[in-house]
Amino acid sequence: MSQILDEDQRIIEFDVRTDEMLVNMGPQHPSTHGVLRLVLRTDGEIVSEMEPHIGYLHRCAEKIGENLTARQWIPYTDRMDYLAAMNMNLGWALTVEKLLRYQVSEKARHLRVLITELNRIASHLVGMGAYGLDLGTFSPFLYAFREREKLLDLFEEVCGARLTYSYITVGGMTADLPPGWLQRCEAFLDQFEPVIREYHTLLTTNAIFVKRTANIGVLSPEMAIDYGCTGPVLRGSGVDIDLRRDGESIYTAMYDGYAFEVAVMKNGHYPRDHEYPAVPRDAVLGDCWHRFFVRMLEVVQSMDLVRQSIDRYSQCKGPLGEPLKLAEKLPAGDAYLETECPKGQMGFYLVSDGTSIPWRVRARSSAFSNLAVSPELCRGCLIADVPAVIGSLDVVMGEIDR
Amino acid sequence: MAEFLIETMGFPAWLSWTAIAGLSAFLILNVIAGGALVFIWAERKIAARIQDRLGPTRTGGRFGWLQSLADGIKLLAKEDLMPDGADALLFRIAPYVSFCASFCAFIALPFAFDVVGQRLNVGVFFVVAVLGLEVFGVILAGYASASKWSLFGAMREAAQVVSYEVPLGMCVVVPVMLAGSMDLVTIGEKQAGWASNWFIFHDPFTFIIFWVYYTCALASVNRAPFDLAEAESELVAGFHTEYSGLRWSFFFMAEYGSMFLVSALAAILFLGAWNGPIPVSQLLGLSDGMAANAPYALRLLGCINLFLKATAGVLVMMWIRWTLPRLRIDQVMTTCLKYCTPIAAAMFAGVMLWQLFLPGGLIAGSFQNAAGVREGWLEQSNNQDPDNEDALSDILPSRRIVEVSR
Repeated sequence: MSQILDEDQRIIEFDVRTDEMLVNMGPQHPSTHGVLRLVLRTDGEIVSEMEPHIGYLHRCAEKIGENLTARQWIPYTDRMDYLAAMNMNLGWALTVEKLLRYQVSEKARHLRVLITELNRIASHLVGMGAYGLDLGTFSPFLYAFREREKLLDLFEEVCGARLTYSYITVGGMTADLPPGWLQRCEAFLDQFEPVIREYHTLLTTNAIFVKRTANIGVLSPEMAIDYGCTGPVLRGSGVDIDLRRDGESIYTAMYDGYAFEVAVMKNGHYPRDHEYPAVPRDAVLGDCWHRFFVRMLEVVQSMDLVRQSIDRYSQCKGPLGEPLKLAEKLPAGDAYLETECPKGQMGFYLVSDGTSIPWRVRARSSAFSNLAVSPELCRGCLIADVPAVIGSLDVVMGEIDR
Repeated sequence: MAEFLIETMGFPAWLSWTAIAGLSAFLILNVIAGGALVFIWAERKIAARIQDRLGPTRTGGRFGWLQSLADGIKLLAKEDLMPDGADALLFRIAPYVSFCASFCAFIALPFAFDVVGQRLNVGVFFVVAVLGLEVFGVILAGYASASKWSLFGAMREAAQVVSYEVPLGMCVVVPVMLAGSMDLVTIGEKQAGWASNWFIFHDPFTFIIFWVYYTCALASVNRAPFDLAEAESELVAGFHTEYSGLRWSFFFMAEYGSMFLVSALAAILFLGAWNGPIPVSQLLGLSDGMAANAPYALRLLGCINLFLKATAGVLVMMWIRWTLPRLRIDQVMTTCLKYCTPIAAAMFAGVMLWQLFLPGGLIAGSFQNAAGVREGWLEQSNNQDPDNEDALSDILPSRRIVEVSR
């Protein structure tokens, strides 16, 4: 067996001697979440080895950032994690603001919390719905998209776009909220809250769903840290890290005064355990079920944060503040900042030589590190578990390939 | 019909039989094809409603009646594609093997009393056996496609369907035991009268075994949550990954045909066949309840009855498909070997004991019946009737039991 694994892949593929089969899953495959290519070495239904191949969506985003001013690069961050474009905008905007030592107005700060947490809900809805799709159930996907559509309507009202918002920008926001928006947002939250119970019925507590996800792709906390996993993947393994609480001060200052509990299992319990379905017996900390469940909890947590930010935002007097000039000169130096995006910790690195155009721009993708652990999780699992594991990591190729 | 042609019209026998066979085949083919069109449309509408969508709304009027027909025309007009490495002959044959198996099984399926392509004294056996052949088409398709995903699908199908034949067979044997015949028409006849006569309500064991049958039927026709052979999130499209156009639509028709078939079989074996829950015709004095001499209008009503029951079964299958996630291959096998088979076996034994001690059921069961059984056995063992028209009924004593207990 080990001898076979050591041989050249090409020999294996064309050699009839072995029982193993080399299968390409992707880049055009229904459940690889975009253009991810997985090369599986299978022995019947059992996957003996899995290797992700990336780069099909590479668009030189980082290099482009070195030819544009900092604010001009905002639309390119939209296209990284296109499911959570607001959070991407925020990450870059805060990085530039960190270099500039600029602080946005109090009103803009609460608006940023409000809009990024809403986007976190939208992103987790896609993650959840697509996960159902990976496991072969179609309806929850559409139930998730139904709610996401309403969120996108809200986003469309504030910035005119439904996917690539470019709403948060360096030094503030591109525009203030339209009149009556907060009421509509609250109305959405009120009608969305009971819908989450539907999701729990159809997925979280569904017997087949539990069978497919519990004790599958178990990621130990040590391995999660070793591979640099972040976000719900890390918290699903029981590691209590959330940059909104533990991050750099420029980021955590945004959440000053907000009350929220990090969605992570501590002493065998999730925060506010009683409101949610009980953890199934078969589930092991760090398996697909827990990663999924952490996302579901974060949806509720984000709703809570949105409600708090609506209060704070409406209490704020004074103007929102104008964003910085398009060609604002950056001070010479560098800045790196990681923010807690829906998929994990997204980091932006900026080196400036004193002009308005950054000298170097780099992004640290959370989904990249999260995907890197997938070969470990898929070793020895069944073919059907591969989509289950990849789906539970909730990768977005736009962010991995940049 | 054929006898009518020969005796009254004076047609030669071979011509009459061929003509009638052709007519039957034509009718059954239309039932399948028409049924598939309706069911595909229904599935789209139902899926849409479950998912908060509208489904087809334009083609052929407000409810998109003609959507499946339009799809059919589109499929006809599609390019005939075959992968380079495919085994041309097997690749071409595969969809027809699947479709033929599904279609052939309809031959022995009665839609009402004597409304049947060919009444067979081993009808149950025939239907289950021929339906099992459908897997050959799938295996051929997977093998001939020269695609690894197709091969995976085919292997899964082979493993799954062959395993589920075991519990399915056990479930099917129970009504056969109750009716004392493998003839589907006889089984249907035996359930005439009130709904309490239906085999599902015969005893607690049959009630449970009906659900086991339904589960196994779902698995044997590859419907969710057992649709592993085409598992679109894992195997792209499984065994029919490389198929397109008309060939693909034959697989589709076979799938919907089988769905209807197993549901109709469930209706005949457990849900009173073509008999309604209330014996209206009997109460009105239109027939003697056994429907042996029932007028054609009553047979038509019987057809409608059976169609309604079978359609209900199909709709539940659709409902399940759009609700549940898919099982994994090992879980599918576990469900079969660890749950379905033992439960079916235990229920089979239960029904057997029930038949031995309470042959007429809890209410109507009497010592007289029990005595009748014993006499029937004795009479049978002593008196082997040489000119019995039904060879298989010799082995099964119950036809005599009925006579004796009367």
